[in-house]
Parts: sequence; structure tokens; C-alpha cells
Amino acid sequence: MPLDASDLGAIWLTVKLASLTTLILLVIGTPIAWWLARTPSWLRGPIGALVALPLVLPPTVIGFYLLIALGPHGWIGQATQALGLGTVVFSFTGLVIGSVVYSLPFVVQPLQNAFSAIGQRPLEVAATLRAGPWDRFVHVVLPLARPGFVTAGILGFAHTVGEFGVVLMIGGNIPNATRVVSVQIFDHVESMAYPQAHWLAGVMLVFSFLVLLVLYAGRRHHGSWS
Amino acid sequence: MLDQQDGAAGQFYAQINNGAPFDVFLAADDTTPAKLDQEKATVPGSRFTYAIGTLALWSPTPGYVDAEGKVLERGDFKHLAIANPKTAPYGLAATEVLDKLGLTQATLGKRVEGQNITQAYQFVSTGNAELGFVALSQIYKDGALQKGSAWVVPAELHTPIRQDAVILKKGQDNPAARAFMDYLKGPKAAQVIKSYGYDI
Repeated sequence: MPLDASDLGAIWLTVKLASLTTLILLVIGTPIAWWLARTPSWLRGPIGALVALPLVLPPTVIGFYLLIALGPHGWIGQATQALGLGTVVFSFTGLVIGSVVYSLPFVVQPLQNAFSAIGQRPLEVAATLRAGPWDRFVHVVLPLARPGFVTAGILGFAHTVGEFGVVLMIGGNIPNATRVVSVQIFDHVESMAYPQAHWLAGVMLVFSFLVLLVLYAGRRHHGSWS
Repeated sequence: MLDQQDGAAGQFYAQINNGAPFDVFLAADDTTPAKLDQEKATVPGSRFTYAIGTLALWSPTPGYVDAEGKVLERGDFKHLAIANPKTAPYGLAATEVLDKLGLTQATLGKRVEGQNITQAYQFVSTGNAELGFVALSQIYKDGALQKGSAWVVPAELHTPIRQDAVILKKGQDNPAARAFMDYLKGPKAAQVIKSYGYDI
């Protein structure tokens, strides 16, 4: 096996981070996307722009702000300390927070598009059949938006796997806590351990290709993923 | 006219090997230039040590780090920042110091690594790590500590952090490259280098 224990540890940690981040993003991203898709409020523009920011900002900028905000002198850090949680930089929790920020648009935007595509009509029909708001959401919106959820989940997961700059800025390279695959590859390259870098990078390449293949093949054949 | 590119030695090694248009290479270590020497990517005989780095244990809080580094033994901190020992000479030196002091095990769970010495400095200066091993050149200017408290680690506690300069193959016919190397070896450059806490 050309991958050693620390490589495997990094792979496991990356899968754990990406899964947890995707789960959290689907939970908090759904109401945000729903609101963005429906609201007539003027806040729609600013909030939408805020959500899309991580698409544009270099990860090092996000990482730098997080390093300061989550740190002992930052406002989030002050809050977590006041709650007796200490600071979360250099911890797995810190990486999850960073990843949620970093991958937010990759989950919210597909969901928002899916919700917009449904339009008012099915909801109005359901309402005339006396379906309450919650009923309408669960039994009309969720099934119709399913392709959006699949795309959002895959993109959120894949984008978190590919995360590097944010982790580098707030991780501290701690084995089994913050040393994810992308950082491990960087380490190998920097220490000129090219064979190890090749193996791990190869795994990453194949994985990324397969994820995208599933995404595009699924879109093409089913059109709707249903 | 001199263009300057900053980056990590390992990155430049990869770039130089792949034909990057550099004439002179000032590394923050001695292994990368030596490796390029072996691979005949340099002008033979041009390599020399232009500075020897000084390691310092630093905290931005005044009085936190004592002049003997006893704070390490007390261990009442949550995070100790160092540069990645696999890639950064200052990181390797820091682990050697901890080894010599018999504190490797005691500090292992508190160690956070920056990819390079700049990041180790960043972890400490933002307060995320209470203290860390940084380069004296980062916290020292004109013969004085700029901020906080520090223990200047005695040179005998680690292998010297030699920083080598070398003329690359692409620069062999460039007179400016030779002139710059001569300047680096001269007394004027030595004065500047020393004022940042380096040895020469």
C-alpha cells in the first residue's frame, strides 16, 4: 500500500469533514435558499450577494478573516469564550465552521434555483386542496426540488473535499484533527516527497472525476434524478 | 533592475526544476540550493551562506515569555505554534530545541504547525496560539524586539539554520546576478542582514 497511516488518516478526516459540512449546509441552506427564492424583500439582493461571496473571495481571505474572528480577540472568539467553549481555531470544529462558510454558495444556489423553478402554481394548487404550509413544503416542494438537493449535496461535499486555503489558515496541521488530504498533499510536495504526493493526488483526481461523472451522467440520463 | 519573487523554498525548487526564469535563488534553507547544485541547475561554486537564522520563542504579550524560556516547562498554554518541521528549517530547529529540553512529549498535544515560519508568526500574532517559535528576524528590527516578549534560543540548541544563495543556470551570463551576489557578500549587506537578527 503506497498510502501510509497518516495519508489514510487524512482521507478519513476529509470524508468526515465533508459529510458533516454537507449535512449542516443542507439544513441551514434550505431555509436560506427558500427565502431567497420567494421573498419580495429588498434584502434579497444583499443577502444573495453575501451568500455568493465565498465564490469570489480567495480562500486565504476567508481563512484570514476566520483566523481573526474566531481567535481570542475576534468577535466570534469572544462569544465562544464567554460561553465557556474556548476558541475553536486549530480544531475540527473550527474546520467545520470554516467549511460551512466556504461551501455555502455551492449548496444554497442549486437549492435556490430548484425552488424558483417550481414556481407558485403547484403550491397554490396544494393550498386549494387545504394543504398547510408545512405540508406543502414536505409533500410538494421537497419532491419537486429533489434534483436540486442532489446537486447541492454533491457540490457541497466535493467543494469541501477540495478545500485548502481555509484549512491551511486556521487548521494548524494537526494529525487526525485538521490535517486533511489537500494539506497532506501540499506537505508531501513541499517536503519534496513526490511519489507520496503522486499517490494521494491520484486518489483525489480519480475521486473528483467520479463525483463529477455521477453528477453529469445523472443529469443527462434522468434529467430530474427522480 | 532586480525583480524579486517571494515564496517557499520547496515551491521554488519545483518551479526552478520546471524552467522558471530565475537568475539568483536566495533560499531560507541550505538543502534546497544544495539539491539544485547536485542536479546541475546552478552555476558551480556560486553557492554560499548569506545568513544564519536565529530562532526565538515569542509571545505578543509583554512578560509572557521569560528570557530563559522557562515558560515551556511550566506548560500553562493551550497552543504552541511552530513551522512545519518537514518543510521549514525553523520548524525543524524548533523540534530539535524541544527535544534537547526534553519537552517533546509534553508539548506534542499543544503543537500547531504553520506551513511556513510566516504562518507560525501569524498564529501567534493573532493570539490564536499564546506563543510560538518564530524567526528572530520577524520580531526584531534595528537591534531591538518590536513587540511582546521573547526568548532568543541559544544557537547550540539546534542545527544552524543556514540560508544559502546560489546563481542558477539561467543567470550564468547575467552580470547583474554576479554583482548582486558580490553585494550580498559585502559589508553593507552584512550590516543590513545583522540588523534583522541574523548571524552571518
